[in-house]
Amino acid sequence: MGVTLTENAARHVENFIAKRGKGLGIRFGVKTSGCSGMAYKLEFVDDKHDEDLIFESHGIKILVDPKSLPYVEGTELDFVREGLNEGFKFNNPNVKDACGCGESFNV
Amino acid sequence: MALLQISEPGQSPEPHKHRLAAGIDLGTTNSLVATVRNGIAVCLPDEHGRTMLPSIVQYRADGDVVVGQSAAQAHTTDPKNTILSVKRFMGRGLKDVIHVEAMPYDFVDAEGMVRLRTVQGVRSPVEISAEILRVLGARAEASLGGPLTGVVITVPAYFDEAQRQATKDAAKLAGLNVLRLLNEPTAAAVAYGLDNASEGVYAVYDLGGGTFDLSILKLSRGIFEVLATSGDSALGGDDFDHRLFCWLLDKARIAPPSGEDARRLLMKAREAKELLSVCEEAPVRASLASGEEVSLIVTRDDFARMTEHLVRKTIAPMRKVLRDAGLSADEVKGVVMVGGATRMPHIQRAVADFFGQEPLTNLDPDKVVALGAAIQANILAGNRKDEEWLLLDVIPLSLGLETMGGLVEKVIPRNATLPIARAQEFTTFKDGQTAMAFHVVQGERELVADCRSLARFELRGIPPMAAGAARIRVTFQVDADGLLSVSAREMASGVETSVLVKPSYGLSDDEIADMLKEGIEHAEEDMGARALREQQVEADRVIEATEHALEVDGALLDDGERAKVEAALAALRELRGGVDHAAIRQGIAALGRATDEFAARRMDRSIRTALTGHKVSEIEV
Ligand SMILES: Nc1ncnc2c1ncn2[C@@H]1O[C@H](COP(=O)(O)OP(=O)(O)OP(=O)(O)O)[C@@H](O)[C@H]1O
Ligand SMILES: [Mg+2]
Repeated sequence: MGVTLTENAARHVENFIAKRGKGLGIRFGVKTSGCSGMAYKLEFVDDKHDEDLIFESHGIKILVDPKSLPYVEGTELDFVREGLNEGFKFNNPNVKDACGCGESFNV
Repeated sequence: MALLQISEPGQSPEPHKHRLAAGIDLGTTNSLVATVRNGIAVCLPDEHGRTMLPSIVQYRADGDVVVGQSAAQAHTTDPKNTILSVKRFMGRGLKDVIHVEAMPYDFVDAEGMVRLRTVQGVRSPVEISAEILRVLGARAEASLGGPLTGVVITVPAYFDEAQRQATKDAAKLAGLNVLRLLNEPTAAAVAYGLDNASEGVYAVYDLGGGTFDLSILKLSRGIFEVLATSGDSALGGDDFDHRLFCWLLDKARIAPPSGEDARRLLMKAREAKELLSVCEEAPVRASLASGEEVSLIVTRDDFARMTEHLVRKTIAPMRKVLRDAGLSADEVKGVVMVGGATRMPHIQRAVADFFGQEPLTNLDPDKVVALGAAIQANILAGNRKDEEWLLLDVIPLSLGLETMGGLVEKVIPRNATLPIARAQEFTTFKDGQTAMAFHVVQGERELVADCRSLARFELRGIPPMAAGAARIRVTFQVDADGLLSVSAREMASGVETSVLVKPSYGLSDDEIADMLKEGIEHAEEDMGARALREQQVEADRVIEATEHALEVDGALLDDGERAKVEAALAALRELRGGVDHAAIRQGIAALGRATDEFAARRMDRSIRTALTGHKVSEIEV
């Protein structure tokens, strides 16, 4: 199952990496903090770690560290526009309750 | 749900801790807002996809305030209430504004800054600029999905204290937290990533709508330093429009129109100018309300020829800025082009010729300043833990204090890097002096009268001491935004006072340029004038001291001795009125010789007095 990108999200990631000038792909995971337990982590990847799990979606590599996987397994990342705002949105089947801001969540 | 962005490796923000920051290019003609998103600086568009916001504010009779494109449409129909290029009025008095007579506004010459009477009442340039900043701030918040932590706003490198303060005030009024004011050319260099480039010296050539700025930047070991700045705030793309407009009138043989016709034709001129940057020729067609028709073709060569003097006006500052930096043109490693007007091919050619290399034009010259500001804002907001940046700017004109005789004592020299603090010690001039007045000036000349007055303040409560005994330490501090505060402290007693220099209005760049030029031209003359003033001050001091001594201790002299002193005194008074500093110096020396014996006797007496229980401070020497 792993983690996937929508085609639109993949196109944007590709574009960002091209403009940035380097990067193997993106890292998606969680870290523990925030009002509701856990927070997403979304970063460019310059160096891959040995234990990283690598998924590929529409030509983009998504790296997930094994500890994060249980929390994000099955997530689809989409890129959306809401008014003037734009950015990545997650469809995470593991989430029970997210705090209102959407930046942190509980599983 | 909040929308997330991709961070740099290891830089994911803590939830709720990501600090939203934006960079704002508050231009004379156009303003933009940019941010760093997904690791890349981008200009933020409005809901119609337009990134540039014309810096135009319309005050409508119905109470609405309209900013940008919609206001631009009103500028032919409602000129009095539609304010263009408000940046030119920031921190300026009416007399500092160039071409006032050609402007359709109802100016109110208020103290300090000029104001404009609109249908909604009298508005200051600060309030008008705040309207522009408010729109850009709201756009950024809507685009980033949250409140802004802070913004970096760019200003021309030449902006003086008053203009910088006015810009900060406008931001405050718009509800924005200013992380930093950044010089426009510096921001451009940041956008080009010159900070990461190999070491070397770079020039930034910024020709916008209304201002021309030049900077020489030096990059070494990650430190980004502005070596020198120069420019002309009364030169920009607008002047090219104006020149073409005059040429059109001349060619079409029509009298200078006014009101709407003039505006329409000026707009046509501008369109033609912009077209000529991509095409060899441009048509100009307009039917005027007067019934006259204009139908002409302008070629690129015509345009280059008629605006050659304007292009040339940018050359002198190029020479000067190199001279200030102590460099020759071939030592410049790269030239960055900024501002929409640098799209004109003959400008690019002139710059290439001067520096002997093709300038950098791969970033959009309209956006480059905003992009650099966004990068800087992102760092200042604390979103890049890995970056340690040092951006050093310089002072455009020396800052100093008036000393006796109207002379300037420079405290911070021109081109000193910011932020900077310098202290200098001064002393009292008279016995028992308990207050000291300070006059802060800016300029390169030796005499106060030739410099610009910035502020005056007084230090009171100095304990009475003999002249020259008090030690008053004056500290000048200029922060990273270029704002000056001055404090004075009497070292023995600790009495202290300070001012934040918020001058009533600023220097125009023309004035700055003139003052610099005069400073160089008059260097020799100034030295003569300075020497004369110094001798006059010294003569006054000696005359006063001698008169005072004769008054209180005249009994120590016999008639013959007294006559000799009086004669030398009269001779010096006579010389003091003249212009020969060498003669005055001799007169002072002569009086000194004539009073040698007198002084010795007074000294003896003073010591005796002191020994009989008087305080030292009461002793007159
Ligand atoms: N293609 C073009 N060819 C020539 N001039 C152009 C072109 N596009 C824009 N300009 C000119 O650039 C000027 C505006 O430049 P810019 O937007 O950089 O100015 P600004 O930053 O608002 O002003 P300033 O820097 O003086 O505060 C206008 O005079 C405009 O006519
Ligand atoms: Mg500009």
